[in-house]
Amino acid sequence: MQEFLQQLVNGLSVGSIYALIALGYTMVYGIIKLINFAHGDMYMIGAYIGLISVTVFKLPFFLALISTMVITALIGVIIERIAYKPLRKSTRVAALITAIGVSFFLQNIVSRIMGAKIYTFPSVLNNELYVVGGIRINSQQLVIFATSIILMLLLQVFVQKTKIGRAMRSVAVDQDAARLMGVNVDHVITLTFAIGSSLAAAAGILVGIYYNTVNPLMGFAPGLKAFVAAVFGGIGIIPGAMIGGFAIGLIETFVSGYGSTLYKDAVVYIILILVLIVKPSGLLGKNKKEKV
Amino acid sequence: MKKILAIVATITLLFSSLTACAAEEAVAETIKIGLNVELTGEAAVYGTPEKFAAELAVKEINAAGGVLGKQIELVIYDTKTDTAESTSNATKLMTEDGVVAVIGAAISGTTMAAAPVANQYEVPMITPSGSNALVTNDGTTVYPYVYRACFIDPFQGLVLANFAADNLGKTKAVVLGSSSSDYAKDLASIFSEQFTVKGGTVVATEYYTDADTDFSAILTKVQAAGEFDVIFVADYAVRAGLIIKQAREAGIVVPFVGPDGFESPDLVELAGGAANLNDVYFSTHFSSLSEDQKVQDFITNYTAFAGEAPSALSALAYDTVYMLKAAIEAAGEADPIKVNTALEALKDFPGITGTISFDEWHNPVKSAIVVQLVDGVQAAATIVNP
Repeated sequence: MQEFLQQLVNGLSVGSIYALIALGYTMVYGIIKLINFAHGDMYMIGAYIGLISVTVFKLPFFLALISTMVITALIGVIIERIAYKPLRKSTRVAALITAIGVSFFLQNIVSRIMGAKIYTFPSVLNNELYVVGGIRINSQQLVIFATSIILMLLLQVFVQKTKIGRAMRSVAVDQDAARLMGVNVDHVITLTFAIGSSLAAAAGILVGIYYNTVNPLMGFAPGLKAFVAAVFGGIGIIPGAMIGGFAIGLIETFVSGYGSTLYKDAVVYIILILVLIVKPSGLLGKNKKEKV
Repeated sequence: MKKILAIVATITLLFSSLTACAAEEAVAETIKIGLNVELTGEAAVYGTPEKFAAELAVKEINAAGGVLGKQIELVIYDTKTDTAESTSNATKLMTEDGVVAVIGAAISGTTMAAAPVANQYEVPMITPSGSNALVTNDGTTVYPYVYRACFIDPFQGLVLANFAADNLGKTKAVVLGSSSSDYAKDLASIFSEQFTVKGGTVVATEYYTDADTDFSAILTKVQAAGEFDVIFVADYAVRAGLIIKQAREAGIVVPFVGPDGFESPDLVELAGGAANLNDVYFSTHFSSLSEDQKVQDFITNYTAFAGEAPSALSALAYDTVYMLKAAIEAAGEADPIKVNTALEALKDFPGITGTISFDEWHNPVKSAIVVQLVDGVQAAATIVNP
């Protein structure tokens, strides 16, 4: 039982990272129906900016987190302007392929500038260990868990309760109609990218601290997993990304813990396939006809 | 401009042919040894210390009267970390420069490219640090003229199992390793085999992939699998550091044992601070902590000669030169084929990286050094025999 509970903690801690990345994925998809494959790389960029802000500028954790989110949001906006905006009127496949191109571009530009070596993250966050009934939880796990829950709630409130959030939802339903109603569609999309990128950056810096390694290809695997998490929970639905992220973290951990680490990815993808067969719109998705 | 270039080229050619003539006349007085290592390119960090060490060894031998009454002359070429360059350098050394043996290259790829040349021209070639299993043989037959001074990767698994069982007195091991590299897989299986031979039990074996960064699930699993008193991690510092960090956080206090891949300046950061790096042991070719007088002399002389502290690579190259000296003396004359026969028969050569003999695959049978980390710093070195 103790082993089971410990694995549960392990799984939730991995899952909250996936959830954090998946939030940005699902938000961008929800608003403009673009699967932003470069999202995992924004997470990597966030980790590097976080690294620079704590090593070069010696910022404390909280300031580093905020500044990293702001800078990465700006980078996200620039990328949107250069790479995606000119394709606003083209097919979705064109935008999707551009996103893959942006992903490779970011990986390689970072390798070029920072080198392909692995950087280690200084420990800017206290890591205290709490033992509750034999279950070990450390404060970094709690910070990651809390950050992802708080960001999800903020995002949900922002999208559901604010005026800009309403504009976002209207753009998600029908861009042309939203424009006719006086919504500045370009601004809304820019803002979507800014928020999505800053969420990825938050995940990047937290993971950088937790696993204390940063490298140019670190975004690929978690990016893919987060995409799976978003699809799993119902892409475009904010609480769905959260549930998907935790579900995948738990599945991976339990497969590793009670089977073998080598099967964990296979099991995750098999479950994804099953979910999509049974419920194509994901766990929380509403079934509706959609042209793809 | 073209004219000037042509003139310069002609003059250079003229001079180089002159020097070549001069060198050939000197053949009778000196014994030539070729050095074909990486001095530029990405592996220059390995080749450069080997060059310094070889030069130091030759200088010492010559100062002490040379070999068979003759001075040694080192003929140095740069492979530029390029396999084609390495092959053509080896050919030049063996056919034009008339060397008695070649030292090189520093990495496996360029050594393997030059190996067929050594066999073709029947000139012995020793790589100080090419550790790929297929450097000295093609998997079924040994290359008669190719040797190495370093132990091969899987060999460390054997030594480390002996160390864990005999020196640490451990009986229950957990083996962790990456399933993505042969380095890790070979090490893990050889460690497990030898640890069992030594009377120990392998309580659990867990594999993961190179892409993994979270090991908490497998660590919790092995904790639940039963008692164990040592963990062997067959991997490089990148993941070994993370595993040590996460294990210490999970309350695992048993010693960690690992291969030379642990040796990295980043290990302390990766492991989450020096406090986590106690009771961590890894094998290496050479340690400056050795109390052997030969080693201490080498460190002093090398530091004075090269202006930097010696690494394992410099120590291996230094041993390589002295092994050749011993072989030439045993052969009685500087003839490549006779030197090769003497090398093959070399027994218990006392080097600074261990006592060396060659096995039937031309790999050295030698002791390894196991370094103990205390608060992330190398604190003690133990010599462990296979």
